[in-house]
Formats: sequence, structure tokens, C-alpha cells
Amino acid sequence: MTARIERPISPHLQTYRVTLTMALSVIHRATGIALYFGTLLLAWWLIAAASGPGAYANVQAFTGSIIGKLIVFGYTWALLHHLVSGIRYFFWDLGYGFKANEREALTWGALIAGISLTVLVWIIAYTVGGGR
Amino acid sequence: MSRPSSMRTPLGRVRNLGSSHSGTSDFWRQRLTAVAMTLLIVPVIVIVLMLIGRNHAGAAQILGSLPIAIILVLFIIASAWHMKIGMQIVIEDYVHNETVKLVSVMANNFFCIAVALSSIYAILKLSSGV
Repeated sequence: MTARIERPISPHLQTYRVTLTMALSVIHRATGIALYFGTLLLAWWLIAAASGPGAYANVQAFTGSIIGKLIVFGYTWALLHHLVSGIRYFFWDLGYGFKANEREALTWGALIAGISLTVLVWIIAYTVGGGR
Repeated sequence: MSRPSSMRTPLGRVRNLGSSHSGTSDFWRQRLTAVAMTLLIVPVIVIVLMLIGRNHAGAAQILGSLPIAIILVLFIIASAWHMKIGMQIVIEDYVHNETVKLVSVMANNFFCIAVALSSIYAILKLSSGV
């Protein structure tokens, strides 16, 4: 009879003091989950385009509404934040940027770049498409 | 993991899954698809911006053009694969009931494959102009 091995378990999130890198790690995962379900919108849009003018008009009516715009804006930020935050992980995977000041700079950079790029894309969107 | 029921030690059982055998394949594919999407994101955003404000006929024409269809199909394959791996990691981290975990991982695979194939089918249909 083998006895159950009591392995040490690591304490969960709430045990630790919140730091910037930790918060961004959580946000990276949260934006990933949001993007996961956001692909439904992308698939709906492509299927509607393949289906015909009526179906496509429905998508445009949704993305043109206040709720639709908020969701698409949130999706844009989630996508671009996840992208730049992910580029930060490339540095770490390659073994760079582990010093305290470097990882703080990378993390602040990702946060600021994600927001800036989102605003930039929406400015371009409004310029070329008049907000639709 | 279940309790050892064979003569093999835990180390012996995992040994050949490390150092570039199949044990790290998800880690590698997560990075592979991430790099692919990092390269594709600018053209994809440009394509989406090109479609803003257009009616169905205009959008269908743009989506059906060859380079745009290829870029979107590549992006869809990379993103579906990436999100399948990512969601599986989340499930494995937080779902501890074995049955629920099994069902969740299976549902995750179904979701990602369904989203990818229906999106790709839509693009191919637009490309064929039917």
C-alpha cells in the first residue's frame, strides 16, 4: 500500500503583495481569455461577409451601436495589449530583461504601448471610415 | 498525477519528454504562433481598417482578393492554435476536478477548431466569389 505523498503546495495569488509585473501577468491572461471569446465576433463578421448583404448589415448594425463599439474598442485594446505584453515575454524567453529596472521598464512600456496603439488605431479608424 | 503503480520512477517516466522531445511541444508552438501573429498583425490591422465603412459588396471584394485571403487564413490558423494552447493552460491551472477538466479541454479543442474552420471556410467562399 503506497501512502499518499504530501507534496508541498505553493500559496496562491492573494498571499503576495501586488506588484506591477504580477498585475500585468494577470492582465495578460485575462486579455487572452477575452480575445478567445472575441474571436466569435471575428468569425461572425467573416461568415456574414460570406453569407450576403443582409447578414453583413446585421454585423455593421451591431458594431455601429454603442455596445458594439465598446466591445470592439475593448477587443482592440485586449489584442494590442496582449501583443506588446507578449513581446515582453519574448525578451524574457531569450534571457534578457530580468534586472529589476529592466523588467519594470518593459512592463510599463507594454502597458503604455498597448493603450497608445489602441488610441492610434481608433484615430485612424475614425479618419478613414468616419467611425464605422 | 496518479500514484506510481509501476516499477518506473517518476523521473524515469518523464525523462524522454524533456529536452526537445514532445513534452515541450505546447511551449514551443505557443511561441511559434505568437511570433507568426506578431509578424502578421500589422497587415491584419490594415486589412480591417480598409474594410471600415464599406458596404457588403466592397468588403466581400476586398476579403476575396488573394493576398488578403492568404494573410487572414494564416492569422486565423496561428490565433486558433495559440488560443487553444493558452486556454488549455488556464483550464489545467484552475480546474482540478478530473472529469470537468477532461470535458473542458475537449470543449476548448472543439471551440477553437470550429472558430478556425468556419472563418477559413468563409474566406475561401469569398475567394471563390460564389
